[in-house]
Amino acid sequence: MSALKFTKDHEWLRLEGDVAVVGITDHAQNALGDVVFVDLPEPGREVEAGEAVAVVESVKAASDVYAPIAGKVVEVNAALAEEPGRINSDPTGAGWFFKIAPSGPLPDDLMDADAYAAFLETLA
Amino acid sequence: MTATETLHTTPLDALHRELGARMVAFAGYSMPLHYPAGIMAEHLHCRAAAALFDVSHMGQAELLGEGAAAALEALTPADVQGLKPGRQRYGLLLNEQGGILDDFMFANLGDRLFLVVNAARKHLDFPLIESVLPAGVRLRPLPGRALLAIQGPGVAALIPSGLSFMGIAPMTIAGIEVIASRSGYTGEDGYEISVPVEQATALAKALLAMPGVMPAGLGARDSLRLEAGLCLYGNDIDETTNPVEAALTWSIGKRRRMEWNFRGAEAVREALDKGPARLRVGIRPEGRQPARAHTEIRAGGAKIGEVTSGGFGPSVNGPVAMGYVQRAHAADGTPLDLVVRGKALPARVAPLPFHPHRYAR
Repeated sequence: MSALKFTKDHEWLRLEGDVAVVGITDHAQNALGDVVFVDLPEPGREVEAGEAVAVVESVKAASDVYAPIAGKVVEVNAALAEEPGRINSDPTGAGWFFKIAPSGPLPDDLMDADAYAAFLETLA
Repeated sequence: MTATETLHTTPLDALHRELGARMVAFAGYSMPLHYPAGIMAEHLHCRAAAALFDVSHMGQAELLGEGAAAALEALTPADVQGLKPGRQRYGLLLNEQGGILDDFMFANLGDRLFLVVNAARKHLDFPLIESVLPAGVRLRPLPGRALLAIQGPGVAALIPSGLSFMGIAPMTIAGIEVIASRSGYTGEDGYEISVPVEQATALAKALLAMPGVMPAGLGARDSLRLEAGLCLYGNDIDETTNPVEAALTWSIGKRRRMEWNFRGAEAVREALDKGPARLRVGIRPEGRQPARAHTEIRAGGAKIGEVTSGGFGPSVNGPVAMGYVQRAHAADGTPLDLVVRGKALPARVAPLPFHPHRYAR
């Protein structure tokens, strides 16, 4: 399992073989609060980097989730339909959103854990 | 200067921060959205035990002098003159077109009326009320008083009183002299407590020290009032909605419906006679996906209305909403489509409240 990479939109991705698993960060789930519903993309959909592809609904508000890389959605986390709270309890594990087969190399503006932590500091 | 620097703070600001609140801007005030427990836990705790809310942003005032009740009736269709001492009532301030300028609480404190209006509207309400007062009647805003709400089924045992729902009286809580009304905005039993600013933090700390009391923020306040079917000014009612279509006809006094001598009476009378073109209703989306305010409502492919408040109801354990629909589609059980992100989400008109009121009758 490779290390997590992070975006400025508070998504994470992790390469598993040829596929990137994507979710939202602990910071993001904490800011959203209790997640009650997730609208996930259809498997097979071709997405651009930065495209809004999923929506996460907390008690208070709806927020877009963006594709961190271009490619094809190959799988979504169906368990979130019944248990959206997994996004709060295990955001980088059981709370993953979808898997993308990248259409090219990973963009070089993805952050590692230290760089993302430093980025969060700039927001505080 | 940033936006946060221009925000007002309530007397409990330091306490909110000490309690770890996430603060947001609301109606020009820095207010707690939620505390570390989160909106869901705060909401459910209020329904199960007791929750403390800071609502000091709301506008409090007294109306003093001979004829105060009659004077206020020029602006509201509520029966103010018939309200007995020690009682509180819900009312609407109307414009000439019968549109709702604000909703508010008024209480008879014996020698004066006590008013609580919305934070975002107080700068409009107070000058408006003053503009219709005859000589000898005076409006006195009370910026020196904070307002706390303690709500939930556990409150009655914590703060015993002889008050029933919508009763109001001066009393002493934790050694502090307050004016408390048995009312609130959650559908639960509880009190709204007016207290001098200097003693607000001491009172809040004393209430939080009572067994089973948890602080709750605006997030839980909103989901609680939505489940209780209560209107939020600016969302569910505003200057473009009249009391009849807002399903608030009950707030019009019987005597007032004979006299028709309030501002906007013509329009309200017409809406009552003809029946309103649209009605505020409860809406239950199927499944778990919430439909938020401004979601388009369709029936048979045609737009028939709009959601005005919507979210997830933690006690209902599902999405709940309110909105306006054409009268032909307002009956309970009528199927609707809510257009959420371009897709039709099936829903039905549902009776309000979504969660039964549990007031102390």
